[in-house]
Amino acid sequence: MKKTLFLGALTVAGFASAASAATLDDVKARGNLNCGVTTGLTGFAAPDANGVWEGFDVGVCRAVAAAVFGDPTAVEFTPTTGQTRFTALASGEIDMLARNTTWTFSRDVDLKFEFTGINYYDGQGFMVPRGLGVSSAKDLDGATVCIQTGTTTELNLADFFRANNISYEPVPIETNAEAQQQYLAGACDVYTTDASGLAATRATFENPGDHVVLPEIISKEPLGPLVRHGDHEWGDIVRWSLNALIAAEELGVTSANIDELAKGTNNPEINRLLGTEGNLGEMLGLSADWALNAIKAGGNYGELFEKNIGENTPIGLARGLNAQWKDGGLLYSPPFR
Amino acid sequence: MTTQSDPPKQAFRLSQLIYDTRYRSLTIQTVAMILLAVGLFWLVNNTVQNLQALGKDFNFGFLGERAGYDINQRLVEYSSNSTHGRAALVGILNTLLVAFLGCILATVLGIIAGVLRLSNNWLVAKLMAVYVEGFRNVPLLLWIIAIFAVMTESMPQPREFRGETPTASMMLNDSVAVTNRGVYVPRIAFTNSLTGNEAVASRDGLTPVASGGIDWLLILVVLGASLFGIRAVRRWASAQQEATGIRPVTWYMQLGLLVVPTGIVLLILGATVVNPYLKGFNFTDGIHLRNSLIALWLALSLYTGAFIAEIVRGGILAINKGQTEASYALGLRPGRTMNLVILPQALRVIIPPLISQYLNLTKNSSLAIAVGYMDVRSTLGGITINQTGRELEGMLLLGGFYLVLSLAISTVMNIYNSSVKLKER
Amino acid sequence: MSGTHAHTVAYVRETMLPEQDPPLTEAGAIKWMRENLFSGWLNNILTILSIFVIYSVLSHIVPWFYNSIWNAGSLSECREIRDATIGSDASSACFAVISDRWQQLLFGFYASEAYWRPVLALVLFLVAMGPILFESVPRKLLWYTAASPFILFWLLWGGSIWGPIAVAAGFAVGWGAFVGVSLFAGTLLAVIAAILVPILYWMFLAGPIAGGLHSIIPIGITFIESDDFGGFMLSFIIGISGIILSLPLGILLALGRQSDMFIINKVSVAFIEVIRGVPLIVWLFTASLLLNYFLPPGTNFDLMLRVIIMVTLFSAAYIAEVVRGGLAALPKGQYEAADALGLDYWKSMRLIVLPQALKISIPGIVNTFIGLFKDTTLVVFIGLLDPIGLSGAIRASTDWNGIYWELFVFIGLLFFVCCFSMGQYSIFLERKLRREHR
Repeated sequence: MKKTLFLGALTVAGFASAASAATLDDVKARGNLNCGVTTGLTGFAAPDANGVWEGFDVGVCRAVAAAVFGDPTAVEFTPTTGQTRFTALASGEIDMLARNTTWTFSRDVDLKFEFTGINYYDGQGFMVPRGLGVSSAKDLDGATVCIQTGTTTELNLADFFRANNISYEPVPIETNAEAQQQYLAGACDVYTTDASGLAATRATFENPGDHVVLPEIISKEPLGPLVRHGDHEWGDIVRWSLNALIAAEELGVTSANIDELAKGTNNPEINRLLGTEGNLGEMLGLSADWALNAIKAGGNYGELFEKNIGENTPIGLARGLNAQWKDGGLLYSPPFR
Repeated sequence: MTTQSDPPKQAFRLSQLIYDTRYRSLTIQTVAMILLAVGLFWLVNNTVQNLQALGKDFNFGFLGERAGYDINQRLVEYSSNSTHGRAALVGILNTLLVAFLGCILATVLGIIAGVLRLSNNWLVAKLMAVYVEGFRNVPLLLWIIAIFAVMTESMPQPREFRGETPTASMMLNDSVAVTNRGVYVPRIAFTNSLTGNEAVASRDGLTPVASGGIDWLLILVVLGASLFGIRAVRRWASAQQEATGIRPVTWYMQLGLLVVPTGIVLLILGATVVNPYLKGFNFTDGIHLRNSLIALWLALSLYTGAFIAEIVRGGILAINKGQTEASYALGLRPGRTMNLVILPQALRVIIPPLISQYLNLTKNSSLAIAVGYMDVRSTLGGITINQTGRELEGMLLLGGFYLVLSLAISTVMNIYNSSVKLKER
Repeated sequence: MSGTHAHTVAYVRETMLPEQDPPLTEAGAIKWMRENLFSGWLNNILTILSIFVIYSVLSHIVPWFYNSIWNAGSLSECREIRDATIGSDASSACFAVISDRWQQLLFGFYASEAYWRPVLALVLFLVAMGPILFESVPRKLLWYTAASPFILFWLLWGGSIWGPIAVAAGFAVGWGAFVGVSLFAGTLLAVIAAILVPILYWMFLAGPIAGGLHSIIPIGITFIESDDFGGFMLSFIIGISGIILSLPLGILLALGRQSDMFIINKVSVAFIEVIRGVPLIVWLFTASLLLNYFLPPGTNFDLMLRVIIMVTLFSAAYIAEVVRGGLAALPKGQYEAADALGLDYWKSMRLIVLPQALKISIPGIVNTFIGLFKDTTLVVFIGLLDPIGLSGAIRASTDWNGIYWELFVFIGLLFFVCCFSMGQYSIFLERKLRREHR
């Protein structure tokens, strides 16, 4: 009754929605996925000139949308800030958050979210101008450090300097773009954020060679998509969509050969993954070709990586920890069985 | 002989509640009250349910937990081991600082610009018009960002002060360093500090110094006593003037009262000026006015100053031209006319809107978020909420703080306003 | 006659001297400069100071503007063009970012084939404002003004035309209920009916009716989600809907603050003071972080609407103070005359007091609007992509990473043009009112 008062007036206008217990039903009824992304981070999520969102995190959203609807464009991207992201997810405004968010104990347990995997293994690093002659983060006593506020970075930073008993002057900055401008102007000696962010930022400088990323990585930053706690069916869909991308790379399924492979192969795992064998899709409450669609959306994990942040892009990140386990990385999808 | 009798007393009827003006307002208020209570209950009930659904409780215990983050500008002792409550206090003091500084500078700028806009110097008047219109018509947020960026781009970096041939140098006899991280100015410290000197590191060749709160308190007390003395001298002079018609010359007494006692205290405490100097990456010692503070302060003052300028201009224009002419006729010079005749009257028109500008400035200081100035919204309302996930409690505290601050400012200013108001008989 | 001529005194000149030019220092540019720029030592100093300020500002800006580059695909391309044509150390604006992304700064991610809709909506809005802002416009247009919120809403968001019509019909239903009930019952019951019936209608009937009509006669334009709104369009929509929706509430609050009834008065005062005592940015965070807590569990509606609600409440408090000023400025005789005519409270307000008080308040309302319009930039902090938010998003793309001033200059100029012209209008209005009151 109370609900109808709002909804009566508002659903007519298409403004309101009642989040029911099952996110999947809501998403299906709405016809698109609401995915929370950053307001703009090079390589991970940014709109292009036509307003189409692109990036590595965006790729995960599109894969999930493709798994549910078979249509990677059935996503509404909701830009969130470091401050608003968790509330947006908790309140049901977005169905999933793919916004380079670090998986931590308190976020998982206390803030009641469910991390559905890790799409990027990151760590907090430091970047300094080469001219400063600093070779280790331990030499930074008394330095002025630019940090992006509202993230785990400022806690890591405080811990690191306290542990090493050296002093520093924090300069909190709201956005990456501002921080970059401050750093380039020399208003801070050091810029610290996730190593991927540092590389991305450095890549866009006029003279990237004048800046070095210090060897110390002072924290573990496993970044991944997350959903609300309690809706395990929906959590499973997001988790296995991501795993499908990772497994696809491991199994050699790419967007180029996927249509060929979908006709059936000798490898039963590929067959199960692509839905020609078994009924994995049905178990998730999706169609049989869910993973096929997810992989087709933007390619497998490796393709997404190469296209958005890989070594051939201006950002130029190496795979590093984010290589497949076979290649010495940490990516390891549970088996599709 | 008919006795006048009261009209027959009617029994109270229910419809009187609606149709009788004596009772109607009561009815309306009761209904409003009930609706309000129901509405509030509905909101609270929803909140309780929502909190339950999220598995959160409502308590302020997080204020006692370890904050874990650092704050660069702290007016009281704070480290990352301090509590969230302490962090909130640091933020509150920072908000108050920038609001206080902003109000003063905005008033000064506003009065200058307002008076100059009426100047008969064409160029100056136009320049002021450009300033006023430019700042009034562009969002404050843009100005804050722009001023911050100009400061970081145009000032020299600390490393430019270093080396054999530094490209930048300190100003005013090596005492002030203007860098793109802020301005470093000398601080005053005491060799005979009441709190002792041991806690302070010294530079080579300098005696250890310290400055504690007690020293400054002592100086303030002495200064206050001097001001009190000066007032007494003035009153005596006025009394003399009323009695004899000649005002005794007292400026040297006033100056002496102001300077001598404070000077003696400073000498006893062994006051020395400690200049900032370059060490490692940054300047140390001295007082560091951070860029974020300066940018926010300047932007708030310039923006609010533009509004105050218009208020001042309006106030001056509102004074009848006859007042100016009358004071010229009395032989007062233009400067004294402005000071003694026009401004005191204009002040009555100016003060009420000025109060609301002060309030606006204080509230606008919450835009500190744009330049990373750690005010209360950035500490309590920003990082703390973000780390603890206590939006409801944090926002309540934050809103409560601003509300109390606004009410306090408007109360104080209203008292002042009624004291200068025209006393009408 | 001729005799007198013959004996003229020697020292009286007979003929007029030809007109001479005034002395050089008393004419033309020099006189003007002497009077307006160098009339005293203080003025001399001020003038020289001003010239210095103007020079130092212009010397930075002019070459930057003069060398600006308008055609390039990315910042690095801009730099290449600069290096090739004017040398690498010259300062040069790269306005190519504006020519590349101006649609986004103006419209956000609104579908480009539908740009005509917000533009048409703006034009229709200005027309609807006509009868309120200018007296020479025929009064009949007020009907159109009343209908315009629904038309504008439909144009901007799109979807089926029956939705807004069904909602608008609620007001007609309310009016019908009022007339119907007042025929055979008291006015009071009619008022209650006029409030209750439309609410029931909106709750239970409006949705199905709109749906039903749409399935019979499907008329509609593409629905565009609020997530796609951005740029100046977003600022305009938030600002304009905030001010318009807050007007009725603000007027009620102002009346409440003037009321003799204790509770009504105190509630109004408390509401106004609480809203005005807390910065807008805190209210916006409340809208973004807390509003969902206050609503029934499971309800959720989109951020832009939440922001509009919050902004409406916010500006209602400011409007209330403006209107209160208007009410207070009205001579007491007007109130007394209305009472003497035997009008009841609402009639006296509607027919006598408010029309006059609102007319005095319009400049203040316009000024509140300007303030609100500028303050819409704060929504960037809760993740809405207003012009400043979009400038961040644009800088996050690899093409334009590192661009800074060009975007701010563009945004600042647009804001300036809008706010300045509205400010001029409000000054014009004040002057007119002052003339009429004489």
